[in-house]
Amino acid sequence: MAMEQTYNYRVVRQFAVVTIIWGIVGMLVGVWIAAQLAWPVLNFDIPWLTFSRLRALHTNAVIFAFGGSALFATSYYVVQRTCHVRLFSDGLAAFTFWGWQLVIVAAAITLPLGITTTKEYAELEWPIDVLITVVWVAYAIVFFGTIAKRKVSHIYVANWFFGGFILTIAVLHVFNSLAYPVTFFKSYSIYAGVQDAMMEWWYGHNAVGFFLTAGFLGIMYYFIPKQANRPVYSYRLSVVHFWSLIFAYIWAGPHHLHYTALPDWTQSLGMVFSLILLAPSWGGMINGIMTLSGAWQKLRTDPILKFLIVSVSFYGMSTFEGPMMSIKTVNALSHYTDWTIGHVHSGALGWVAMVSIGAMYYLIPRLFGRQLHSIRLAEIHFWVSTIGIVLYISAMWISGVMQGLMWRAVNADGTLTYSFVESVEAMHPFYIVRLLGGVFFLAGMVIMAYNLWITIAGAKPIEARIPAPAH
Amino acid sequence: MNIGIIHSVWTLLLIIIFLAIVVWAWSGKRKRSFDEAARMPLEEENDQSS
Repeated sequence: MAMEQTYNYRVVRQFAVVTIIWGIVGMLVGVWIAAQLAWPVLNFDIPWLTFSRLRALHTNAVIFAFGGSALFATSYYVVQRTCHVRLFSDGLAAFTFWGWQLVIVAAAITLPLGITTTKEYAELEWPIDVLITVVWVAYAIVFFGTIAKRKVSHIYVANWFFGGFILTIAVLHVFNSLAYPVTFFKSYSIYAGVQDAMMEWWYGHNAVGFFLTAGFLGIMYYFIPKQANRPVYSYRLSVVHFWSLIFAYIWAGPHHLHYTALPDWTQSLGMVFSLILLAPSWGGMINGIMTLSGAWQKLRTDPILKFLIVSVSFYGMSTFEGPMMSIKTVNALSHYTDWTIGHVHSGALGWVAMVSIGAMYYLIPRLFGRQLHSIRLAEIHFWVSTIGIVLYISAMWISGVMQGLMWRAVNADGTLTYSFVESVEAMHPFYIVRLLGGVFFLAGMVIMAYNLWITIAGAKPIEARIPAPAH
Repeated sequence: MNIGIIHSVWTLLLIIIFLAIVVWAWSGKRKRSFDEAARMPLEEENDQSS
């Protein structure tokens, strides 16, 4: 069969398999540092194993290695299948795979060594930043090149979300990472003071908005209709919520800098746009969940659909919580507490990880021409990870609100009621519950890895034929 | 023209563009092609295992 008559599944397979591996690695590091917070002795006084270094390794691994690989795999799969063409360039696609793995390995080496820019979610030093940029440009060429040579006239909505994610991340990464290199391992940001903080959170919040939201909405818009075998609930809603997301998200960053040196009007603007964001976010949620309207019974028997639909529910929940937390008076209580960590993980575990897991259960058996080994194990995975998330986020909510209240409590004479260490002591039981939640979620990932391993063991990779043009 | 005016005009322009997109998406004429587009992923043949 000639190459041009088949889809490029090789690169999709590669990214899909490493998604599982990096997911387990990143979450294992997360569990480890959660245990360190409960029992600090677990860093063994070894600098490479301290929370300060491993925390960045955890966030980079789960966001960029696990989430990133899931996005590469699904976007390459979806863009080919909805455009009815092979990827624009097999060579460049292979380059994005190996380049991205090199970035991940470089991160896994440099971060524990303490080589960091200290910018949150952008800790990697400048040579790695340059490599990321090169890989990302190649990704954009492959993706948009594939769209350009498509055989169907309409560009399916999932591709709009993937495209928006790729373009925006390129801009965010380049401008936030601008720096003066001093040595090969050290650079200084070209921004200073509050401008640096604003750039950082313009980047940071839009990494959430475009990497962790738009990209994964692309997954939602393909895999939920496929698994449910029903079209998207409202296509016009998907168009409007795409553009409103694009127009509104980019302004929300200042809510990370309430009550700082950032000008007051900028803080308020960030808050207002964060509140406006509720509309496009819930537009997406409604569209995803209502796709199942009239076919709800499928949820009872299909764990893959459970993962996908519950992920969208968590998306709705955390995108309601986020705007609430961006309100200045609420933020005065929640900021710098564990509430933020709980919020992030209801999005990261509940939305991003669960929608990726659902997509991988759909994708990996098909890429190898097999049936999923055990539906029952997938069902167990679903419940184990759901329990894990609930334990995690409820522990962090309680701990966070408690911290906030203890820190602001004052006696009649104006002195603080509690010393800081008293709040640390009060957090301890919740840190153990959080660890337990993380262990559950990680255990679910291991069950998934086993299930998929048995599924694809000994299977021959399949070559899928591109359908002949119908009209 | 100072930067404040440029930004104001730009913001207004973006709002108008957005409202135009909303009107376009909700116009009755788009209904059929949107329905077709929504069925795109369902009409392609599935891979072997499904």
